[in-house]
Amino acid sequence: MFPIELAGVGFRPDGQCVLSGIDLQLDGDGISILLGPNGVGKTVLLRMIAGLQPVSEGRLTWGAASRPDEAVAMVFQQPMILRASVLDNAALGMKPLAFGRRERRRRAHEMLERVGLADRAADSARLLSGGERQRLALARAWAVQPRLLLLDEPTASLDPSAVDAVEDIIRGIRTDGCKVLMTTHNLGQATRLADDVIFLADGRVQEHAPARQFFARPRSNAARRFIQAELPWRIRFDE
Amino acid sequence: MIDTLFAALRLLGSFDRTLVDIVWLSLRVSLTAVVLGALIGLPLGAWLAVAEFRGRNLLVVLVNGLMGLPSVVVGVVVYLALSRSGPFGSLGLLFSPGAMVIAQMMLVVPLIAALTRQIVEDAWREYAPELRVMGFSRGQSMQTLIHDCRHSLLVALLAGIGRAMSEVGAVMIVGGNIDHVTRVMTTAIALETSKGDLPLAIALGIVLMAVVLALNAAAFHIRRWAMRRYA
Repeated sequence: MFPIELAGVGFRPDGQCVLSGIDLQLDGDGISILLGPNGVGKTVLLRMIAGLQPVSEGRLTWGAASRPDEAVAMVFQQPMILRASVLDNAALGMKPLAFGRRERRRRAHEMLERVGLADRAADSARLLSGGERQRLALARAWAVQPRLLLLDEPTASLDPSAVDAVEDIIRGIRTDGCKVLMTTHNLGQATRLADDVIFLADGRVQEHAPARQFFARPRSNAARRFIQAELPWRIRFDE
Repeated sequence: MIDTLFAALRLLGSFDRTLVDIVWLSLRVSLTAVVLGALIGLPLGAWLAVAEFRGRNLLVVLVNGLMGLPSVVVGVVVYLALSRSGPFGSLGLLFSPGAMVIAQMMLVVPLIAALTRQIVEDAWREYAPELRVMGFSRGQSMQTLIHDCRHSLLVALLAGIGRAMSEVGAVMIVGGNIDHVTRVMTTAIALETSKGDLPLAIALGIVLMAVVLALNAAAFHIRRWAMRRYA
């Protein structure tokens, strides 16, 4: 599955350039954060890596494979919550895998304990709050023991305590040996979580650097402007 | 008019044997047709919702169009198929409740399939990316979506029951309206009205309305419970 390599990958719906000439290599550990302004194509890139969006331009490979395998999991900004119990929702991702029903429920329960939702296991999942829904979606993804977890702005519109809980879970998933690739607008969150940052602007990867280096000394002007606009009270770079 | 109504109520109150037989046969035929129709219509609709193939849109339009299939046309087709010289004549089903079940099933399958397709397709649009990443096959996706939409799909089943129970043309043709054999509520109402025996026709009409109302009330309460339970 690793390294995941993108070479000259582009995306042009109806002739309009969203992504162009994306060259990127992702290794199998740590948390990589995809940063960039709205509409720059972060979600499209994530969907390509998940295998949801066909690559019409360039080449995308997952190790030696030309398509992702079952070791990829993804959590969306608005996760799918079925009209079923929290436990059934947590066990859902294991349905296509070779686990018996009892094993699925045991593992789902274990994951719910890890994300702090074990006491809600029998409740209807649709009654959960936004933060609890994201924790449930993370538990569902974690339960399949993925090697790559893709997160599309998992904390958008959550309150600070919910964000904190979700970030703790993401760290736990990383500690379990899973590579995490995540989009976010939240620079504070990126500084807390990222091992490396991939900065997208104008449809291209402008920078791919270790997080400390990226936030201390961004090389591209686009990255500098983005960071200064988002955190003007914290960061002033020498021009 | 009032006398007729009282006579109808007396028939109902005394559990008149003829009336009970007709009601029981109607329920048996229509509910069997809907159960069998659901076994075909639900998966067919769900498959149409998630499948991608050339000609899918044409098939969707066809299934939607068949919702308005005239029952007498179905009656004639089933009659021809089951008549002695027809392809299934050797089964000896013509003028039996079995023939009526087949005719009603043919009427409810497109209705259930079309409504299921619409309900499941809306859910599929929302869930498809996650189910695909999880590696769900089409069959597993269909199963998951049908289960998730189960309360909305009740409406499709109700519509099927309504269509089956209120239908008169097809069962008249393939059943023959034989007393104590194939006479159901709708055909009995038509016959008794033409004979001028209005009390029985009105009593059967009251039962028919009561059954439809009871089913709708049950569906309403199930949906309300589901809304509370599953938000």
